[in-house]
Amino acid sequence: MHEVFLDELKKLNTRFMNMVIDVSEQIENATQAFIDHDKKAAQEIVKDDQKVSKMALKVEKRTLKLMALQQPVASDFRNVISILKAITDLERIGENAMSIAWETIRVKGNKRIPEVEDLIKQMSDRVTFMLDQVLKSFIQSDEKLARDVAAQDSQVDELYVKARKAIIAGIKEDPESAVASSSYFMVIRLLERIGDHVVNLAQWVVYKTSGELVDLNSSNDENVMNSL
Amino acid sequence: MQDVKDIKPHIVHFAEDEQILSTQDLSVFYGGTTQKLFEASLQFKKKTITALIGGSGSGKSTFLRCLNRMNDKIARIDGQIWYHGLDINAQNINVYELRKNIGMVFQKPNPFPKSIKDNITYALIANGEKDKHKLDQIVEESLRAAALWDEVKDKLNKSALALSGGQQQRLCIARALALKPEVLLLDEPASALDPVSTSKLEDTLKQLRSDYSMIMVTHNMQQASRISDYTAFFHLGHVLEYNTTENIFTNPQGKITEDYIRGSFG
Repeated sequence: MHEVFLDELKKLNTRFMNMVIDVSEQIENATQAFIDHDKKAAQEIVKDDQKVSKMALKVEKRTLKLMALQQPVASDFRNVISILKAITDLERIGENAMSIAWETIRVKGNKRIPEVEDLIKQMSDRVTFMLDQVLKSFIQSDEKLARDVAAQDSQVDELYVKARKAIIAGIKEDPESAVASSSYFMVIRLLERIGDHVVNLAQWVVYKTSGELVDLNSSNDENVMNSL
Repeated sequence: MQDVKDIKPHIVHFAEDEQILSTQDLSVFYGGTTQKLFEASLQFKKKTITALIGGSGSGKSTFLRCLNRMNDKIARIDGQIWYHGLDINAQNINVYELRKNIGMVFQKPNPFPKSIKDNITYALIANGEKDKHKLDQIVEESLRAAALWDEVKDKLNKSALALSGGQQQRLCIARALALKPEVLLLDEPASALDPVSTSKLEDTLKQLRSDYSMIMVTHNMQQASRISDYTAFFHLGHVLEYNTTENIFTNPQGKITEDYIRGSFG
């Protein structure tokens, strides 16, 4: 019976890992399309904007089935529960990436602020790196790495504050850039939120690995609020 | 693989005034030399349900049976069992008195082939109780406590053997409760019952927790996790882990405990 369970758990883990990889690509592609002002690429991305939700639903069904039929305990229980909780965050990350693509399609005004776009690229690189690392920590059950990833969110928050200031400075310098700037505000906020969701994922890796329920997000969020 | 003797157990401890019963270096030998239990030192908390789990031959039932001297004639028992400051493993203890305070319910329901009422009053009458009114009162109290009263109140003089397995088991609990014990030992009390009777029995045990301390051997992991407050894991005669049930089932400290409750072996 345990063999059957382990086989199912392996499939569940694989689906979850594939979902992380897909979502990471979505962030990268959506941000790149935004920076390149590439509406065509953005339209390609939003074509299948239900993809992540559909995958999440499948993973949820599998998880619930495993809980009901196999009643896992100990590390098996923590593994299944951490996936069940983590996919909610993954789904939110996917939605945020979609919103970035939609901003690319909606954006108006030709006046852009290159410095802001550079910061957006940096934010995107940082959160996708964090996402890749959190996946690694999940696979390797590496609690330390998960905690390191969570700590990196402060860098995303710093970039967010920097970008906000750059947008405001840009508008002051050239009021015509105000039209594009509403999209900038939106996109940096989405990327900052993605960072928070990655921290939540890290929390579930900590739980899966050590059984400890922790809140790794609160101090980061306070720092952002204080810098604004 | 590491020898089980060399594994450092994870054992929870309680303050003295929280304990109802405790054992110190309890060892059991069958046939003089075959050791079935190795220096088990456990403390049991008042008014809680403690589950003893482990594979066949792990020593959990042997341990349970020591707690009201059921192993006396078949094994040598070393070590101490402390109950209200007395070592109840000592030779001068009155075992019958002891069993009034520490009652036992067995795996298979074993009502006497008598009426429901007589099952409850049998031991009381044998102990000299003659007051009919008092006996009736104890019958009702015990059956209510065992959540059986409503089902049998109109047929107290009918044979106990006509009851269903689940009802018989609750009658055995009522019979034990009639003697006003402090501790109830339960040896796989639900293993012969269907799911509905099991569920009723579990509800009964949970209700009894406010007045009694219970120690229960079970093979059913879900049952242990559903109703017990603490769980002790036995392996090859050694207690390897004893902690809150929540901890044992979500985050066990030892690899052998983890493997056992996950169903990887045993």
